[in-house]
Amino acid sequence: MNDVNDKYIIVKNLKKYFNTKRGRLHAVDDVSFEIKKGETLGLVGESGCGKSTLGRCLIRLLDSTSGEVLLKNKDNDSYVDVTKVSASEMKALRKRVQIVFQDPYSCLNPRLSVWELIAEPLIVNNIYAKSADMRRRIRELMDTVGLAERLENSYPHELDGGRRQRIGIARSLALNPEFIVLDEPVSALDVCIQAQILNLLNSLQKEFNYTYVFISHNLSVVRHVSDRIAVMYLGQIVELCEYQDLFKSPLHPYTQALLSAIPLAKLDVKRERIILEGDVPSPIEPPNACRFAGRCRYACDKCRQGAPELKEHEPGHFVACYRAGELNN
Amino acid sequence: MSENNNNNLMLDIKDLTIHYETDSGVVHAVEGLNLQLGHGETLGLVGETGAGKTTTALGVMRLIPNPPGKIKSGEIIFNGENLLDKSEADMRKIRGGKIAMIFQDPMTSLNPVMTVDKQIAEMIKLHRNVSESEALKLAGDMLELVGIRRERAKDYPHQFSGGMKQRVVIAIALACDPELLIADEPTTALDVTIQAQVLELMKELKTKFSASMILITHDLGIVADICDKVAIMYAGRVVEYADKRSLYSNPIHPYTNGLFKSVPSIDEDVDELPVIPGLMPDPMDLPKGCAFHPRCALAMNICSQEQPKMCDFGNGHCAACHVMAKRYEL
Amino acid sequence: MSENLENVTPELVKRKRRGAFAEVLFRLSKSPLAMFGLAIILLLIFCALFAEAISPYSPIKQDLMHMFETPSAEHWLGTDEFGRDILSRLIYGARVSLQVGFIAVGIALVVGGMLGAVSGYYSGWLDNSIMRVMDVLLSIPQTLLAIAIVAALGPSLMNLMIAVGISAVPTYARIVRGSVLSIRSMEFIEAARAVGSSDLRIILRHILPNSMAPIIVQSTLGVASAILNAAGLSFIGLGIQPPNPEWGAMLSGGRQYIRDFPHMTLYPGLAIMFTILALNFLGDGLRDALDPKLKR
Repeated sequence: MNDVNDKYIIVKNLKKYFNTKRGRLHAVDDVSFEIKKGETLGLVGESGCGKSTLGRCLIRLLDSTSGEVLLKNKDNDSYVDVTKVSASEMKALRKRVQIVFQDPYSCLNPRLSVWELIAEPLIVNNIYAKSADMRRRIRELMDTVGLAERLENSYPHELDGGRRQRIGIARSLALNPEFIVLDEPVSALDVCIQAQILNLLNSLQKEFNYTYVFISHNLSVVRHVSDRIAVMYLGQIVELCEYQDLFKSPLHPYTQALLSAIPLAKLDVKRERIILEGDVPSPIEPPNACRFAGRCRYACDKCRQGAPELKEHEPGHFVACYRAGELNN
Repeated sequence: MSENNNNNLMLDIKDLTIHYETDSGVVHAVEGLNLQLGHGETLGLVGETGAGKTTTALGVMRLIPNPPGKIKSGEIIFNGENLLDKSEADMRKIRGGKIAMIFQDPMTSLNPVMTVDKQIAEMIKLHRNVSESEALKLAGDMLELVGIRRERAKDYPHQFSGGMKQRVVIAIALACDPELLIADEPTTALDVTIQAQVLELMKELKTKFSASMILITHDLGIVADICDKVAIMYAGRVVEYADKRSLYSNPIHPYTNGLFKSVPSIDEDVDELPVIPGLMPDPMDLPKGCAFHPRCALAMNICSQEQPKMCDFGNGHCAACHVMAKRYEL
Repeated sequence: MSENLENVTPELVKRKRRGAFAEVLFRLSKSPLAMFGLAIILLLIFCALFAEAISPYSPIKQDLMHMFETPSAEHWLGTDEFGRDILSRLIYGARVSLQVGFIAVGIALVVGGMLGAVSGYYSGWLDNSIMRVMDVLLSIPQTLLAIAIVAALGPSLMNLMIAVGISAVPTYARIVRGSVLSIRSMEFIEAARAVGSSDLRIILRHILPNSMAPIIVQSTLGVASAILNAAGLSFIGLGIQPPNPEWGAMLSGGRQYIRDFPHMTLYPGLAIMFTILALNFLGDGLRDALDPKLKR
């Protein structure tokens, strides 16, 4: 990290609604946060909490309903609003913001070879005038992500999940981006391969000073890679803080339940397991109340009457809960 | 493995070998696998994708798709009888009756056009001589047992969430009071908080039904939570088999060690995760000797020559490793 | 974009493309049925191209001395009701039938494929309006539609092909739209968009190649039904005008003599059957050869 005050990305009141037959689905509902240059922000939550939608809105793979995503320009201190730039400006921005997808089995066109897959971003953005330069770049990328040269004419289905994910990473690195959204990049992989990919992502960040948003449902993976972690529930961020604080002193009752539900590969760890009742409620037209109130064992009348805002409870530790202070211990 | 109390075993798999014979070669899915399970025990079967966990489970159920799959050799002794000698008709009685299976994906293991109580009742009628109305009543009881209100019995699967569907699947599996329950990654498709609910339910029901269970998973955390015994599989073989406590406090096989270390911890900071280099070997072309030797930091000459035997490292903690056997002077 | 592809990376593109084409041919050659199909199609194309050189008689010259002759040394496949040599008529007929089959399907494929791809890719009102028009066309029986079109345009070979082609457009539009819809929701389309690919590139490079299988199968079947459709139109006088030889017309012409002289319908029928069979074999083989997943 360069500078503490260096706000690289500022997200303000970002909303993404989908119109469905049963009403408006609030996938991302009024989310605000900041990311520093070179930082990894972990985004955790259960399926359907809107974390992938948020990730896609950040790099405009989805158009937001309202709100701003400000990305700092390269050469000066001004910002560009990713949600509002024109299509041609977005094409230029694509080189700066990239994404790595969750499922290495479906995010690669099965009819293209490894070489063609990695060349695609370079070709569509007219990066190289000479084919020799492009060839050098592709070799370099394959080397960076740890793909042997002999694999260049292989097709994705001939490779294992780890290698496929390396292709996905090479594609996203091809344009020399600054900001990469990693959407569950290791969830589909076995633990051994997962560790290899996590190490790769880590060393790439060190080398190129990438800024990451790391989306995952796996808390221990998120803890390993993140500087700060945001916990999402039903379209909203309920807690945001330094990674150590989240595991040491979680303030939101949902975070507490989430942490206690992780199966630990250790015996004799004494901890209280909070089993949440019921399922995540529907994100379609949610009531104006704390969205977790229905499953929360601490919920009071206030929680059911209005939604709590994300407030800085302790320096750098944001939480959206009326009773945050009382519950801490 | 200990031979002292063989009569108490519910399941004793001896030297099981299962191959898939495809056009491009023979897939050695399971190679000379030995596994034992006592009454009322829960065994965790741990391994990566392609280690042969699911094939082993399907082998016990005699559900290996044939062709291309084939049980080449071995014995599967269930309550003193070899399942591989049974006729297909006998197997049909055992499947769902004495041995039940829970599949990974609750979304696809339920019939979408049948109400859930009918699906449970169908299972009951197959194995017990009861009338339709009785079966439906029992189905309602089963649903209540897994925490679903009786009023929802007439609902279709799509009206349930993922966690609830898995509860229905569990209800179907337990409907005929099986002696052995095989659960193939039962919570992998579920979220953490829902997974916690389902695991809690499974623990509770297992005690209630006093059934034995084989839990297939890749998550060492789940094993720590609900299993008694653990078997670690690699490339179609069990490489380590032990009591949970013994395995977690003192993993012997280098692969088990690597597996434990590559899981990120939730209370320690490490810069770089220790990894096992390389990939699982191609099951069509397994390396000679110990299948793990190309990735093993400790490998010696003999590892690439000879298949290591399962040795008892004390108190029934078995592992198949030349290096460790030498180190422990076995 | 395309300019860039050609000028900037000629070596790369050439290397890959030649490789891919050779690869497909190599894989195709592994399937005996596909090769059998290819051989028959090539034979037919050869006949069509060099009909003048290889046919023993003129296809329209009448010889009233040798009417209704069964196969013999002079007339290998016999003669018809005007004493015309059936083999020669079949050889010349290949020209018309193949043209009608391929061009009509080509029209249907290009128009229907584009409409279907656009419709599937940009859902919403555009999709709705295109598909409703297609539904209206589908509700009219294909032959009736073709009759209406060719009646409006006037009978000629070109108009026949247009009519048969257009009447098949809705079928292709539906098939292409269906497979585009299923491919569009796959993650690699989003991945292509994330690296900045244009819509056109996504449709041409990612969506269409992955929706090939049903299109190829439908096309090979389509050639067959186009030939039969054209034959039907010729029969009622709206297609190929007599005395020009055409398989369908020969088939229907021989129909009234089928009891006494079955060879008149047998040979054109066999010709149509073998063409269709060959196309189906070839289509199946091609579909498999184009799928890298089936490579071993």
